[in-house]
Amino acid sequence: MIKFIGKGVYGAIAIGKISIFKRDELKVKRIKITDAEAEKKRFDSAKALASQQLDEVYQKALKEVGETNAQIFEIHMMMLDDDDYNEAVTGMIDSQMINAEYAVAVTSDNFAEMFSSMDDSYMQARAADVRDISNRLIKCLSQDSAASEQTDGEKMIICADDLAPSETVSLDKDKVLAFVTANGSANSHTAILARNMNIPAIIGVGDEFLNEIKNGDICVVDGYTGEVIVNPDEETLKAAKNRQQDDFEKKQLLQNLKGKENITLDGTTVDIYANIGSVDNIGAVIANDAGGIGLFRSEFLYLESSDYPTEEQQFQAYKKVAQSMAGKKVVIRTLDIGADKQADYFGLDKEENPALGLRAVRICLTRPEIFKTQLRALYRASAFGNIAIMFPMITSVSEVEEILAICEDV
Amino acid sequence: MKTFEYTIKDELGIHARPAGLLAKAAKGLDSKVTIDKDGKSADATKLFAIMGLGVKNAETIKITVDGGDEEASAKAMEKFFSDNL
Repeated sequence: MIKFIGKGVYGAIAIGKISIFKRDELKVKRIKITDAEAEKKRFDSAKALASQQLDEVYQKALKEVGETNAQIFEIHMMMLDDDDYNEAVTGMIDSQMINAEYAVAVTSDNFAEMFSSMDDSYMQARAADVRDISNRLIKCLSQDSAASEQTDGEKMIICADDLAPSETVSLDKDKVLAFVTANGSANSHTAILARNMNIPAIIGVGDEFLNEIKNGDICVVDGYTGEVIVNPDEETLKAAKNRQQDDFEKKQLLQNLKGKENITLDGTTVDIYANIGSVDNIGAVIANDAGGIGLFRSEFLYLESSDYPTEEQQFQAYKKVAQSMAGKKVVIRTLDIGADKQADYFGLDKEENPALGLRAVRICLTRPEIFKTQLRALYRASAFGNIAIMFPMITSVSEVEEILAICEDV
Repeated sequence: MKTFEYTIKDELGIHARPAGLLAKAAKGLDSKVTIDKDGKSADATKLFAIMGLGVKNAETIKITVDGGDEEASAKAMEKFFSDNL
């Protein structure tokens, strides 16, 4: 039995068999070539294939971890297109008459080195991105399959030295029980993706780990403590199974609380509502049994489009939310555009301190037509459910009186 | 040749995503666009070069627009920076 400690990325306990992640060995050899044009053509084809693969990974990531976290793959595609990167590869092919694989490998090292030596941890982490796309390119050149196949049958604990972002996303979640990496940081994309995929993971256990494990070894992965226990003895295994059972029961209990009333021990009902920023969030709100919607940030309707949303568009969105919540209260906040939430078509002037400037309800009061459009949509939608309206950034009583006057007027 | 300065407002500085958007925007102009920070220069159409400058929040950079329709290109770049960074 050997214990390792790393950083737990997601709170859960996994017990299972180890499967060592096999990254296809990229043994890049330096080979002299005779036809530079043909070699550059090979590079172009590999690039096209890599781009296509990256797009597939991006689409998969969009579904599994959402837009913000999937953006990294858009960046990968941009890196592939970068002039300097491409010129470095083709330049090397021309001047040294060597194979594309080698040219890519050297270029990868150079650019990764450039990032690693920057004094910014964000930029340093980009070195991993350069290596990820370069490795993909080399695989495309050698026509290797891009991802390692998982073992079939039972779910395994995947162990690796590190997992590139595309490797984490490409993992078939159905075959993964947990994963453990020797390296990686808590803010690496891998950790972020793992958290989003709800896969228990521990990172940074150290390189020794990989030397000590074999495929099929039993392993306990404790995402709470960051402990990884390989081939646990009977006592440890039993303790781990108990902890796992407790954890499971606790999670079940939380699940069971759904559908029950929110009452304190002394009989006071507490309203627990959810906040949403998009109509897509409603599914989660209902599945988790929120008492209502405490805050619906309506500005997403304005931010998502390239022009003012029409009364009809808004009405449809508010109606959908009101209907889906089936009588439960939905508090919709009128648009809070300005400050950090900008939409070009509003034509707002640049301000020194936009957070305290023309924003939210102040914009509505200076542009009553936009305000009235939203109010009309809200009034119409209220026939389909239980809607309440919230006004953002109120600063005075007279402001409220002005607002209510407009509300009456609609 | 036209030049203007810009102080970065984005907390993350010129990170990968805006660098990529900048490269794309600069490629669409008919002028040559260069970014300067503390004497280091980068061609604004090159993603890695831009990122290599390591421009952080509150730092000031110089943007130079050369050749082609300089008036239009400078305006486009000014708008890009104020919209994205």
